[in-house]
Amino acid sequence: MSAAVREQTPPREDLTERVRWAIHDGLVLTRRNLLRYVRIPTLLVFSTVQPVMFVLLFRYVFGGAITALPPGARTYVNYLMPGIFVQTAIFGATQTGIGLAEDLASGIIDRFRSLPTARSAVLAGRTTADLFRNLFVVLLMTAVGYLVGFRFQEGAAFAALAIGVAVLVGFAFSWISATIGLAIREVESVQAASFVWIFPLTFASSAFVPIEGMPGWLQAFARNNPVTIWANTMRGFTLGEEFVRAIGENMGGLVLRSAVWIALILVVFVPLSIRIYRRT
Amino acid sequence: MIEVQGLRKSFGEVVAVDGIDLDVPEATVFGLLGPNGAGKTTTVRILTTLLRPDAGRATVAGLDVVRDAERLRHVIGLAGQTAAIDENLTGYENLEMVGRLYHLPKQVARTRAEEILERFQLTDAADRPARTYSGGMRRRLDLGASLVGRPRVLFLDEPTTGLDPRSRLELWDVIRELVRDGTTIMLTTQYLEEADRLADGIAVVDVGRVIARGTPDELKARVGGEVLALRVSDRSRVPAAAGAVLGLGPGGGKVDNNTGEITIPVGPDGPRLLTEAVRRLDAEGIEIADIALRRPTLDDVFLALTGHGAEEAPSGPPSARRRARRRAGRAA
Repeated sequence: MSAAVREQTPPREDLTERVRWAIHDGLVLTRRNLLRYVRIPTLLVFSTVQPVMFVLLFRYVFGGAITALPPGARTYVNYLMPGIFVQTAIFGATQTGIGLAEDLASGIIDRFRSLPTARSAVLAGRTTADLFRNLFVVLLMTAVGYLVGFRFQEGAAFAALAIGVAVLVGFAFSWISATIGLAIREVESVQAASFVWIFPLTFASSAFVPIEGMPGWLQAFARNNPVTIWANTMRGFTLGEEFVRAIGENMGGLVLRSAVWIALILVVFVPLSIRIYRRT
Repeated sequence: MIEVQGLRKSFGEVVAVDGIDLDVPEATVFGLLGPNGAGKTTTVRILTTLLRPDAGRATVAGLDVVRDAERLRHVIGLAGQTAAIDENLTGYENLEMVGRLYHLPKQVARTRAEEILERFQLTDAADRPARTYSGGMRRRLDLGASLVGRPRVLFLDEPTTGLDPRSRLELWDVIRELVRDGTTIMLTTQYLEEADRLADGIAVVDVGRVIARGTPDELKARVGGEVLALRVSDRSRVPAAAGAVLGLGPGGGKVDNNTGEITIPVGPDGPRLLTEAVRRLDAEGIEIADIALRRPTLDDVFLALTGHGAEEAPSGPPSARRRARRRAGRAA
């Protein structure tokens, strides 16, 4: 290592180059975060145990009691699975904030921030890796669902769309979680601060049961809860038109509202989390 | 290579850096010496673009740490107090990742990773996850990661804290080698000995200010050579013992009533004054538990410079100071 080969001060980068490097850095860090699951496979096992347990418990514990299903839902397990996908994606997204809080505590974020790495890359790498993990978990749950009677009714293309909705919801919530993780910084507190609102949000929705059985005030909330909108959109893809008509919706409207909610979350929380990251 | 003027940074009402000026020439080692909470880490964090200063100006390699932060990051390296490595990646993967994040071409990042593993004797452990590494190996990997970008200016925040003596000596060798090759290094340390062995220039910092600067020899001259340290067996005789020996040295001294320890800077006259101290205490009938001449420590430098020890709060309510340290610790 001699003085002659030491790095010289680089020129300023233009926008195209910056975008190119942001993607490059994001991918380098996505790979880093995914390698964690390769090195410690038990982590992946643990992130699938709870969702699989939810499928089995809801299917067999509540399945028999919940009979008032909208027409087109066929069986409870067919009604349940899209809801479970959304719930799993949202719960899984809390890992984003926990992972970032761990990285902050270990000091590795300081290293990343002292490097010429794009400011978005640490967060993008984390949320993208979590997207892949979420995709894996949802696919595994689909397999478990198939074992206990769930079927996609509308073919492979719509099945893929349904799974796509769940994964995108998870991605959007990863950015909320990133914001919480960076703002709170302590692993246990991040965990607590996430579940305190995620539980009511996912349960006071149509994710597990039709909202018609809830008291009026709760119905008002549940009807407008984005979790309900996402779950019903996915049901449109897995159960078909009959179900959508039965709950008084139309497919185009559901898809649009789903997309708007996801976009809204991203528009608010991507810049917000990057801002907090810069200041951390 | 590093120029700092009037640097200030507060966290809430606690002032961490309170008007620091520094000027570090190229290819030298500069030591920031001071106790915990003195503002060393905050200064390093500002110079490595991790924190924005509230006031003042700092340039590193001719680049402003705020305005030119992005370009500056290409030419600096940082190894902080904790080993900032990914436990789940192998040593090789850690280094390669850092290389890619420095925007080195893939092949270059790989070659450098291998070179660094070799240099830090980690080649045998290259393909093991870092979580299986010993403390010393982690520290070496962390330092290696800070060198992947071949930085022109390297910042080392307490690089030898927690290292065993052998690893510490090895690290000192690496630092000397880097400087020989033209790297400029700023390191923070709590150990006078470390600054003494490595640094060409030292700034002693306390509560956010530079209280002394110079070469190691200049600073040691201010302490006045060696220090006589003695401990009295019977605590109740401490005041009497202090009265007997404090006047011995060229000036000053410190009495710790809790431990019964008395320290006196003795200048070049150590052996003679030691004998004299023993004689005087014997005459008073005071029993000595321990007495020795030793090299001056940071505490002694502080004593000589400020009249208080490095760990004592010189001013302000203790709670505010504790908070300042906690903030500094968290910022680290």
